[in-house]
Amino acid sequence: MSSSAVIFSLAGIGLCAIGLFGFMLHTHLIRKLLAFNIMGSGVFLLLVGMAQRSGHTDPVPQALVLTGIVVAVSATALALYLIRRWLQLSGSTELPEDDRR
Amino acid sequence: MMLNAPIPLLMITPLAAAVICMLLSERSRLLVSFAAVLIQLLASLSLLLLLLQQGPITHPLGSWEAPLGIALRADGLAVLFVLMTSVVAGIAALYAALYLTPGPLRAHFWPLFWFMWAALNGIWLAADIFNLYVGLELLSLAAVGLVAFSGSKEALVAAIRYLLAALLGSLAYLLGVALLYGAHGTLSLSDLSQQMQPGVASSIALAAMAMGLLLKSALFPLHTWLPPAHGGAMTPVSALLSALVIKASLYILLRLWIELRIHELAPDASQLLGWMGALAIAWGGWMALRQTLLKRVVAYSTVAQIGYIMLMFPLLRADNAEASTLALQGGVLMVLSHALAKAGMFLAAGNLILCTGRPELSALAGTSQYRPLSIFGFGLAGVSLMGLPPSGGFSAKWLLLQSALASAQWWWIPVMLLGGLLSAAYVFRVFHYSFKEAENSDTFHRPGVGLEICALALSAASILLGFIATWPLHLLTLPDILPLAVLPEGSLEQSLELLQTPTYETLHGTSEQQP
Repeated sequence: MSSSAVIFSLAGIGLCAIGLFGFMLHTHLIRKLLAFNIMGSGVFLLLVGMAQRSGHTDPVPQALVLTGIVVAVSATALALYLIRRWLQLSGSTELPEDDRR
Repeated sequence: MMLNAPIPLLMITPLAAAVICMLLSERSRLLVSFAAVLIQLLASLSLLLLLLQQGPITHPLGSWEAPLGIALRADGLAVLFVLMTSVVAGIAALYAALYLTPGPLRAHFWPLFWFMWAALNGIWLAADIFNLYVGLELLSLAAVGLVAFSGSKEALVAAIRYLLAALLGSLAYLLGVALLYGAHGTLSLSDLSQQMQPGVASSIALAAMAMGLLLKSALFPLHTWLPPAHGGAMTPVSALLSALVIKASLYILLRLWIELRIHELAPDASQLLGWMGALAIAWGGWMALRQTLLKRVVAYSTVAQIGYIMLMFPLLRADNAEASTLALQGGVLMVLSHALAKAGMFLAAGNLILCTGRPELSALAGTSQYRPLSIFGFGLAGVSLMGLPPSGGFSAKWLLLQSALASAQWWWIPVMLLGGLLSAAYVFRVFHYSFKEAENSDTFHRPGVGLEICALALSAASILLGFIATWPLHLLTLPDILPLAVLPEGSLEQSLELLQTPTYETLHGTSEQQP
């Protein structure tokens, strides 16, 4: 594995960890969503970084990451819409604590 | 290439219907949707005939070969799930058309419904782990939309919780895909099954994928998002979510487990899944007993039934082909019968709520006297969930029991019996409420006869599955479906014989008709 691949992969893993941490810890819905996006970027970086090991660039992970970005954008859009609607209905940016049973 | 026409048709029709529905007026949406349901039914039937004629089929979409193109694959397992989807979603569509009152709400239902169906077919037919990811994401987004679209506050909270769980699950799965591709340089399931090297990267990858999929399948203790989402959605949506959507991640887990031989490489992980399943059976059953809302009872019953399906994993043993075959057959039959029974039960519960006008269990008093048809549909589905003969649920549990005996894992047997008792308890508790004398019996509404027939048809189908159980099991044993299915000569006959207990004389007739 070349050194740049290692750097990309480690950065990806780091971003994943930060994102997961934020996703679990925050209760504010927008922060949760941002954390999800950071985690997603980490996974994409890992996907592109790990596949570089044979020295030349592999087109398949690039295509995968493009697809992944499209999926992440759609998911973020849906989440933003739902969160905004929730804010309008309840005036809150957090989910209620009960109903967890 | 034209011969494989059903495969692309199964993908293109729902996607086209989703887009066309968005452009049309509400009335035309209904017409387009009915036409598309018909095409889906015909396409899945012709795919079945094709499979019986020429065995498993691989189809590169648009003739672009993998890895640049997308390959689709139809083997016995995939075709069974395609058929299950066509039957359940077709009836649920009919129910939705009758249930939803004309207006913007009904108009929004159709595009989401079709995106959901497209994602399901995409998952059943996917031949590589990345297309499975795309299918999973499309499925989650459509399903979250379906949960949210009634617009109430509760539905919105349930939808946001569901979305957060689903997004986290998908990302964990994608992380696994990235690691597997980095380690092996291929995405195709069949290539991976040949090149799979046990190692740190593969182990982390598979652990991440399994965690993500379990979160999406709501296996205990990752189930907390499910009851509000499934119990709080509108009735046809609840049926679709519990019967079909939840099966997608279970299907991927099963594919990975068998094709990447995780049952050989990590038997401890299989045992862990089994124990989580056992806890899910106990917790789901117990919580179903304690609910005060009718649809929550049915939703918690889904949590318990997912546990049953998970019991197949510890029974897949590398050293015991007979036990593995029985476990696979029992598990898949469990998925099929749960899909039919749970869809029927949710629709019947929806009808009961229409009768009484209230979602509480206590409102059911008097329904058995005044609306026996609705409660009958609920009861039929309950028979299959409890696993009483002669239902599909019984055949499935019977096969799983035989498998536990064959691999000398007796400790799963009390788990299954306890689960059956708990299911019986929560189904009879609903009956108990419905048999009470009603004080206000004149206030019952009459749900449309079409709604009743939809619920009854699905519940009856889950019973019928017990009589024709050999037929889906036969599809599972077609050549080269799964590495597991390389069976010793005569093992299909063996397992069919096991099914022929005295209640099963009818099976003999059907097994003789197999080509």
